[in-house]
Amino acid sequence: MPGRFAPWLMSAPALALFVALLLVPLGMTFVLSFHAFGFYTGIETTVDLANYIDVLSDGYFHEIFARTFGIALVTTLLCAAIGTPEAYFLYRMRSRWRSALLLVVIGPLLISVVVRTLGWAILLGNRGVINTALMDLELITRPIKMMYTTGGIVIALVHVMIPFMVIAVWAALHRQDPATEQAAESLGAGPATIFFRVVLPQAMPGVLSGSLIVFSLSASAFATPAILGGRRVKVVSTTVYDEFLNTLNWPLGAAIAMLLLVAVLLVMVSWNRLVERRFAQVFG
Amino acid sequence: MTRNGPFAFLFSALFVVFMTAPLVVVMGVSLTPEGFLEFPPSGLSLRWFRAILENPDFIDAAWISLYLGIASASLATVLAVPAALAIGRRRFAGRDFLLALFMSPLTVPTIVLGIAFLRFLSQFGLNGTFVGLTLCHAIFITPFILRLVLASVTGLDRTIEKAAESLGASDFTVFRRVTLPMIMPGVVGGWVLAFITSFDELTVTVFIVNPSTTTLPVRLFAHITQTTDPLVASISTVVILFTVGLMFLIERLYGLDRLLVGGEGR
Repeated sequence: MPGRFAPWLMSAPALALFVALLLVPLGMTFVLSFHAFGFYTGIETTVDLANYIDVLSDGYFHEIFARTFGIALVTTLLCAAIGTPEAYFLYRMRSRWRSALLLVVIGPLLISVVVRTLGWAILLGNRGVINTALMDLELITRPIKMMYTTGGIVIALVHVMIPFMVIAVWAALHRQDPATEQAAESLGAGPATIFFRVVLPQAMPGVLSGSLIVFSLSASAFATPAILGGRRVKVVSTTVYDEFLNTLNWPLGAAIAMLLLVAVLLVMVSWNRLVERRFAQVFG
Repeated sequence: MTRNGPFAFLFSALFVVFMTAPLVVVMGVSLTPEGFLEFPPSGLSLRWFRAILENPDFIDAAWISLYLGIASASLATVLAVPAALAIGRRRFAGRDFLLALFMSPLTVPTIVLGIAFLRFLSQFGLNGTFVGLTLCHAIFITPFILRLVLASVTGLDRTIEKAAESLGASDFTVFRRVTLPMIMPGVVGGWVLAFITSFDELTVTVFIVNPSTTTLPVRLFAHITQTTDPLVASISTVVILFTVGLMFLIERLYGLDRLLVGGEGR
């Protein structure tokens, strides 16, 4: 198709939708975060930093932000620790087994997070499957509290996020040269040495990009902390939800959401910088 | 390449247990004859599946999710295919900007998208309407379609299109009879992935529905945060079976690993 503007014409319908329903709404939400809220007057169109000062100076919000990023960090570390070896085993598996296992690993990605979290609620409850089984085996006398704890949220989030890590590492493993493993083996290296000294360094770009995906998705996850944490273990996204749909203080909710957006973008940019510098020699 | 040892086998077995446990438990619980959650179930009964039929709320919500998924995936496909053709095979000023913009819904936290859509739709009286839901869903599922169509566009052999042109076919005929059939697997794969993403979405949707347009995930979420009974388990089981059915369809048509891993698996 000739013409200098043809590509823009072809993208115009999508561009129009994205400007009208993504850029404009994000701009409006940014403006909203500077407005005030009165219990009787509703949203007042004043412009100041009061909401941001409220959030940044209040220990209650500090705790929520710290908890959110703590959960995201531990989830990321666990996903890396479990997902990396699993991707490697998957990569080495015979193709028939691999197809079946790949279905189990990445299939859950397509199943609703609400449904998967319901499964964890049934497993983790005080009278849930795990506690009942442990008490029947007389290993414990009182149920271990897992619902409404950060630990419970982390376990379920690892389940939700780990497919992203496996996919990222698996893709990186496919870019490596299998001859390097054979070389290490012929020189007498054991399986553990091959994994840690030869495979892992080459898979590292995948681990790092997978970590970034898992971290940013965990930091903004909603369904899992809402169902397993409820009002008792609040994270940033559930706090935003409460401000918008229960307290109706939209400006404050918008300010919290904007801080989350900025924090996630900052982590992404600095992570990419770090990775680029770290691997400059390898890819440069 | 060396084979996996017993450690790898054990690790993978535990991993499979971890990945399937919550789904197995949901399906097991749904078969209970009792009025409360129990696992393993003391007997086998379809009582809670019959109960779904007595809850029109959930059935209505399932229809809305279905229509919404079809409408938004189709809209996003119609918009994304021409954009992918432009971005995938032309070099032009602003190309990187367009690509970054169309992929940005994957970067912005979904909770931020949700409140932004709520703010926007309520300003224009569209909040809770099916049209509003469709437009918003089309935004966050576009990246999935764009990525798959881009992947099939970049590997395309241009000489076939050149041949059609030299034989006198118009631009539109070339697109409809030559280009589109060649990128069809990517388009269909993208549509299905987008449909599933829309069908399952909670975080954005929970902000922009009203009682008459509540989708299935929102209805399930509202129910679960109040109480967990075998009814949500039986509905979830239906959702799991529906998704697994779609998964097998994708596996036959396109390859699940290609769809989700991005063509590097095979």
